[in-house]
Parts: sequence; C-alpha cells; structure tokens
Amino acid sequence: MTNTILEMRGITKTFPGVKALSDVNLDVREAEIHAIVGENGAGKSTLMKVLSGVYPAGSYDGQIVYKGEEQHFKTIADSEAKGIVIIHQELALVPLLSIAENIFLGNEQARGGVIDWDETRDGARKLLGMVGLTEDPDTLVTNIGVGKQQLVEIAKALSKEVRLLILDEPTASLSEKDSAALLELLMEFRKQGITSILISHKLNEISRVADRITVIRDGRTIETMNKDQISEDRIITSMVGRALDDRYPPRSPKIGDVVFEVKNWNVFHPLHRDRQIIRNINLNIRKGEVVGIAGLMGSGRTEFAMSLFGRSYGQKISGEVFLHGKKIDTSTVEKAVAQGIAYATEDRKTYGLNLIDHIKHNTTLANLGGISRMGVIDDMTEMDVANEYRKKTNIRSSSVYQVTGNLSGGNQQKVVLSKWLFANPEVLILDEPTRGIDVGAKYEIYTIINQLAAQGKAVLVISSEMPELLGITDRLYVVNEGQVVGEMPTAEASQEKIMRAIVRAEGKAS
Amino acid sequence: MTTETAPSGVTSTTEQGKAPQMSVWGALKANMRDYGLLAALILIMLFFQYFTGGVLFKPLNLTNIILQNSYIIVMALGMLLIIVAGHIDLSVGSVSGFIGALAAMLMVGWKFPPELAFLANPFVAGAICILVGAMIGAAQGYLIAYHQIPSFIVTLAGMLIFKGLSLAILAGKSVGPFPAEFQLLSAGFIPDFFGPTTLVAAAEGVQPLVLHTTTVVIGVVTVLAMLVLALRSRSRRKARGYESEPLGLFVAKNVVIAALVLFFTYMLASYRGLPNVLVVMAVLIALFVFVTKRMTFGRRIYALGGNLKAAALSGIKTERMTFYVFAIMGALAALAGMIYAARLNSATPKAGQGLELDVIAAVFIGGASALGGVGAVAGAVIGAFIMGVMNNGMSIMGINIDLQQMIKGVVLLAAVFFDLYNKKRAG
Repeated sequence: MTNTILEMRGITKTFPGVKALSDVNLDVREAEIHAIVGENGAGKSTLMKVLSGVYPAGSYDGQIVYKGEEQHFKTIADSEAKGIVIIHQELALVPLLSIAENIFLGNEQARGGVIDWDETRDGARKLLGMVGLTEDPDTLVTNIGVGKQQLVEIAKALSKEVRLLILDEPTASLSEKDSAALLELLMEFRKQGITSILISHKLNEISRVADRITVIRDGRTIETMNKDQISEDRIITSMVGRALDDRYPPRSPKIGDVVFEVKNWNVFHPLHRDRQIIRNINLNIRKGEVVGIAGLMGSGRTEFAMSLFGRSYGQKISGEVFLHGKKIDTSTVEKAVAQGIAYATEDRKTYGLNLIDHIKHNTTLANLGGISRMGVIDDMTEMDVANEYRKKTNIRSSSVYQVTGNLSGGNQQKVVLSKWLFANPEVLILDEPTRGIDVGAKYEIYTIINQLAAQGKAVLVISSEMPELLGITDRLYVVNEGQVVGEMPTAEASQEKIMRAIVRAEGKAS
Repeated sequence: MTTETAPSGVTSTTEQGKAPQMSVWGALKANMRDYGLLAALILIMLFFQYFTGGVLFKPLNLTNIILQNSYIIVMALGMLLIIVAGHIDLSVGSVSGFIGALAAMLMVGWKFPPELAFLANPFVAGAICILVGAMIGAAQGYLIAYHQIPSFIVTLAGMLIFKGLSLAILAGKSVGPFPAEFQLLSAGFIPDFFGPTTLVAAAEGVQPLVLHTTTVVIGVVTVLAMLVLALRSRSRRKARGYESEPLGLFVAKNVVIAALVLFFTYMLASYRGLPNVLVVMAVLIALFVFVTKRMTFGRRIYALGGNLKAAALSGIKTERMTFYVFAIMGALAALAGMIYAARLNSATPKAGQGLELDVIAAVFIGGASALGGVGAVAGAVIGAFIMGVMNNGMSIMGINIDLQQMIKGVVLLAAVFFDLYNKKRAG
C-alpha cells in the first residue's frame, strides 16, 4: 500500500490567456482509491487529460513519473499501453454496436484483420463477469441502461490490462443502486491491486470508498488528506476556500393558495403504445412553495415533467392541468410557456443550451417576444436583459458573449435558469438543477430557488439527491414506477421515510 | 456588403459611467473571420487585376462579374438559411432550371387561348414562377420537417425529378427568345433619371468619360446611409455603457467599406449604370442580413441549427421553421432560374445543372458550418464573389476549364481548412 505508482510534479498547463493548472502535485499509491475533488473549473479534468496524453507531453510543464519512470505521453494510446485508462464523464461507446464490439473497439480480437467472433464473445463474457454484468455480449449498447453502459466502459478498460483506472464523475448519471454497485466494484479492484483515481462531486461516496483525497482549487493542489482525516466538512472547506456553515440557504416560506394542479395524469411510452410510464399522477403546488419529487432513477420523474411541458415525451397523454383553478392547454411547448410554465431540463447539454452560441442568445431564446417588436429584435434591450440575468444568477464569464459550450457545468446551469427566469413563468419545473455541479454553485442555485419562491412562484424540483430535496423543499411527493406513492411535508420527511415509501410500493407491485 | 462587428460585452469599468473600449487587437481578433474573408476577396481581385493585365477592373468586366454571379448569390442567400438550420438542398440547380423552362413555356412556348393569354404576360408569368418555386420548396420542406426524411435524400430526389421535368416540358429543345421586358431582368440597367454627367468630353485623342448620374446618386446615398447607421449604433452602445470597438478601427473599417462602395459605384457609373439585377440582389442581401441579424425568425433558425432539441424545448416550432426555410429557398431558386434564363435569353434543358454545388461552395467558403448553427449572409455573399471573381479572372487569363475546376476545389478546401484551424487555435 505504500508504493507510489504515480507522481505528478509541478504540473503547469496554460491555455491562451488562462492558467488552467499551476504547479499541481499529485501522488497516487499503488492499489488505492484516490479521489480528486474540486469545484467545477478547478482543473481536475485538465489534470487527467495531461496525465492520459490528451494534452501531449511538451504542451505542459512538469513531470509525470509512473511506475518509477518519467513518462512523456504523446497520445492516449501511449498512456493506455502503460495501463492507464481514463473513463470520461460522457461515455465513449458506440450505441449501435454490440457490447462485445464496444469492449474490443480499437483492440479487436482479430487475426490479419479478420475478427474472431468466438474469441470476441468469450472474452467479452469473461470481462462482463468481472464487472458483474450478465448481459449477452451481442446486445446492442443502446439497449442497456446508463448504469450498465458505465460498467461496459469499465470492462473495456479491463480488456486493456488496466493498472490505473481514472473515472471522471462516474456516478453523475447513475441511480443510487447503480452507483453503489460501481463503488463496490472499485473496492473489488483495489483488492486485486488495481489503482483508481475517482473524480466526483458526491462527497458521501468519496468518504465511503476513498483512501486518500486530493483537493484542487483554482488550478492548484490545496491538500491531500488520508482516510482518517476525511470529513465532508473539511473537504468542503478546502474546496471552496471558506467554511460553508450550511449547505442549504435558510428558507422562510410564505405559502399561499394552490397555483398549479395536475389531475389524473397518464402517459404511455413513445414507442411502445401499451407500456404505461405515468399512472394517474395527481399533484399540486401552492404559491411560494417549493415542492420536490423524490424517486429513483427511472421512476418516471423526468418523463412526467416533460410530458407536462408541451407533451415533449410520450403518447396517449391524458389528464388535466390547472393554473389558478383554470384549466389550461399545455399541448405544445409554446402554449405551455405562454401559460407561464417553464421546464429546466436535467440534461443541459442535450436539451438546455445551444452550446455553440453565446450567453446572450441563450438567455433570451425562450422569450424572444420580450425583446422584440413585430419580429424585430431590439439589440440594446437584449443586451440589457442578458447582463441583468448574468448578474442575477451570478454567471462567471468574461462577458455575455462567451460561448456557453466553454462554461463550466455550474455556469451553464445558471444560463439555463436565466433563460427560464426571463420567460417569467408562474410555475418553474427544475429537473436535477444541481447535477454535476460543484458545492459553491449549488448553493447559489438554491438561493435563486428561494428567491423565486419568495416572489410567489410555484417551484417543482426533481432530484436524485435526497439530502438536497430535504434541504430545499417544503413538501415532497415520492414517485415510483410512474405513480405517486407518498406525499409528506419536508419537515416530517427523512431519507429513511422516502425509501420506505418506495420499498413499500415495490413490495405491493411484485 | 456589410461586415458586422461582433461586439464584446460589458466590462467592470461600466460602473464608472465611462463607456469602455476593447483593444484594437481584441477587436480585430473577434472579427478575424469577417475581415479575413473580405481581405481575401480584395487580394484575389488585385491578383487577377495584375495577371489579366488590368482587364478585371474594366467597368464592362465588373458589370459582367455581377451579372454572371447574380443567380448564385440569390440562391446562396437561401442556402445560407438552409445550412444554418442544419440541412442541405441539392435540388436548387435543377429547380432553377425547371423554373427557367416554365418561364419560357409560359411566355413563349405554350400558345394560350385568348382568355388565358394574360398568363404569358412577363409579370404574371414571373409571379407564377416564384409561386411555383416556393411550392416546390414547401413540398420538399414538408417532407423534411414533418416526416423527418433527411434533407439530403429529399433534395437529391428533387434534383432528379426537376431535371427530368425540365427536359419534359421543353421537349428536349431550347425555347426562346424571351419578351423584351423579361430580358431586362438580367440585361437591363436602371434608367438615368438625371441624365448623364460628362466629366471628360469627347475630343480628339481623349477618351470621353461620362457618368451615369442616377447610379452615382444611389451610390453616395447608400454610403451616407451606411455611415449614419453605423454612427447611430455606435452612439447607442456608448449611451448604454456598452463596450465598442476602438475609434481608429471603427473609422478605418467604415472608410474602407465606403471607399469600396464608391469605387464600384464609379466603375458601374462609367459603364451603363446599375444593372437591374444588382438592385434586386442588393435589396435581397439587405433583407436577409436584417432577417438573420435582427429578426426573431433568423434567431430561431440559428437556435434550431445549433441545438434542435433545446430549441424545441424553448418553445420554438422547429418543424414550421424548417418548412419555411425550404419554401424560401424554393422561391429564391425560382428567381435565380429566371435571372439565368433571361441572361441566356432562352431556356435550355441543361440550364441550372450543377449550380447547387457552386451555391453550396459559396456558403461554406463564407464560413458556414456543415453542422448547422453557424454562418453569415455577408460571408455567403463574399464567398460567392470569391468564386465568381476566380471564374472570371481565370477565364480571361485563358486557363483551361479542367485546371479551373481543380483550382476552385483547392480554394474551397483551403477556405474551410483555414476556418477550422482558426477556430481550433482560438479554442
């Protein structure tokens, strides 16, 4: 346990105009799980790209010593040849190829360019066994869930004789169950002598599995802690550079009458006409209230929200929506927005932002009518609006002309929020508003949610993180398999209570 | 032609109440693409001016360049919208050929009974042609937008269909000549309301120099209008405390553009004045710049090309927008087809073939992204002129057509390569 497998010394990496890393030091011991934490944009991913050869030797200063030798990786292939494999946040699998084909992609079991399919399948099955998957290797990757895809990525890494596995936010889009399985697997690897570097925002996971933690802030190493020194508070203090007394801003709700109500909502799967995804959901939100939807991944939370918002998901949708007691038509996104409903997506890159355009244009996109007259946009008004919301949501950027694709996750999320705030909705549905963003930005987003509620808006928050729901909402609905299986004031709720509601429903279902 | 300035936003100094300025270098870099393209066009023109022994800048030749490329530019405007929306239209060449044929048959080929004779009137026939073009575009757009058939396939089919239809209605023959009014579309010049201005009277051994006064007036008014608009926009930015480009650069840019416009005005005025088709083109270019830069319609097209799903979830009717874009393209292809036919003064079965490639090339040289969401009208127009000047210059130099094709291919490749290289470096 004391042998150092990797040492990075004095790594400095500069991009035109920005110093992304300055004098970063990292040492990783053999067969440990080493966590790297830091706010978004702190430089974690850049450091890993330096290590894996994405940024070739020579484009940075400093030394990389791996297994006692100084390394100069020019490409990813160089680092992989030495057993260093990185699994990125965005999975690099080809959806329409089979599991086996994906595992051996670029490393085909072939002789003279002719693929040996028996060997490919056998090899794949063996590797899948190691990560605890029983899927048929011929299954297409698109047909398995995200959690299993993540495991396929790891199987792929194992096929390359991995000695040092780097995982960038591996559990960001996994359910609690899948995350647990993945972490279990890392601990299993540790026993077999495989070293892992884990980049994650989920502090509870880190404190569970990591042997040591290195904190990076603003491109510098702040400290490395040993297992016995690890505590969430200490990590947070070190990450943000100040003590966060409370992870959730205080709420003093002023709750009024019911503003928004959904009755008997039913939705069927967009492709399979007979598969019912949402069953008879009834729900209401009061003025100034923050309501949460708790439930596991795949429980139908997002599907419910999207079907509500202009029927963006599913078919054969039935049910009624009321705003201030009056039935409203939300059958298209345009109508839903016009009625005062906004939905900020869980997947900001795919559904939320035009990543090649700048902040200004993204901010006004959902309410172009608000900056134009007879279809002609008023430049100056748009500029004022963009700057106003940039300030309001505290977006960190050089100007409103920064392209959103270059922003960190937290700032991207703030642009998505700005867009919907400018649309001036009465009901705001926030789907995983803090996914994959750092502690500091989370706090800012919670503050914005509080302000919205204080202005008398009705807010619906969907989240996988139960502590978050418990921390920021006034009332909770628990959803499982497309049904509401529990409703409780947050003051009376706890993680155990929520889980019990889910488990009880599961018991009934089977 | 305008080169828009991408302004850079506010800085913290705004709070001190003083309008900030970005550095000259920063402003240049922010607009590298636009300036670079314009500079490339000017360089290419100077190059051919030299190697054609001064023929390129002869008033007659400049007028010709405009006439020869007008239909490409008209179609490039629509193609820009299509490509920004993330699609492609391969049918525009065939559609323009088909509409040219339709125009010929309406005005010349078909013998209408007396009660329908009005259909042969050039203005009625022209309107019908634009309408038919828009309907063709709409039909293709309908399949692409509402049935999700890839535009590449729909318009490839359209290309074959309309190529066949042109052959069919012309019965394989050329049809012409057109009535005089129709020919004016391509061959005509605006009348000189003020009468000619004689700068140098004809005398022994002296070339006379007579200017088309109306053209000069229009040119000067255009320049003044551009300057007023630029100044107004600058002062509005300053009044609101937003950063503007450095004064030196602002002056230099506007002086260069004004000088260019005045130079071309002078050139055209010393020949026969403004060609009618240039007036049509200028109006369309101004309209499309306005639509793409200032109207919600344009903004929505950029948004859906940039991220279709995000645009749809922002309440944009993405299908309807796609449909409109193709309908507009159809109408422009029809106009281009008529300009082309009027220029040749006959409709031929081969008219328009392969034009789609020149149009698409112009848009890509102009900096549009094949992935959608990026592109500018000014870029597409300059791109079309780069191709046009090269065609013209190489023909005057007597370079073989085979070599010409290869050179154009290399230029297209180089332009896109340079563009991507720049973007990567800017990172």
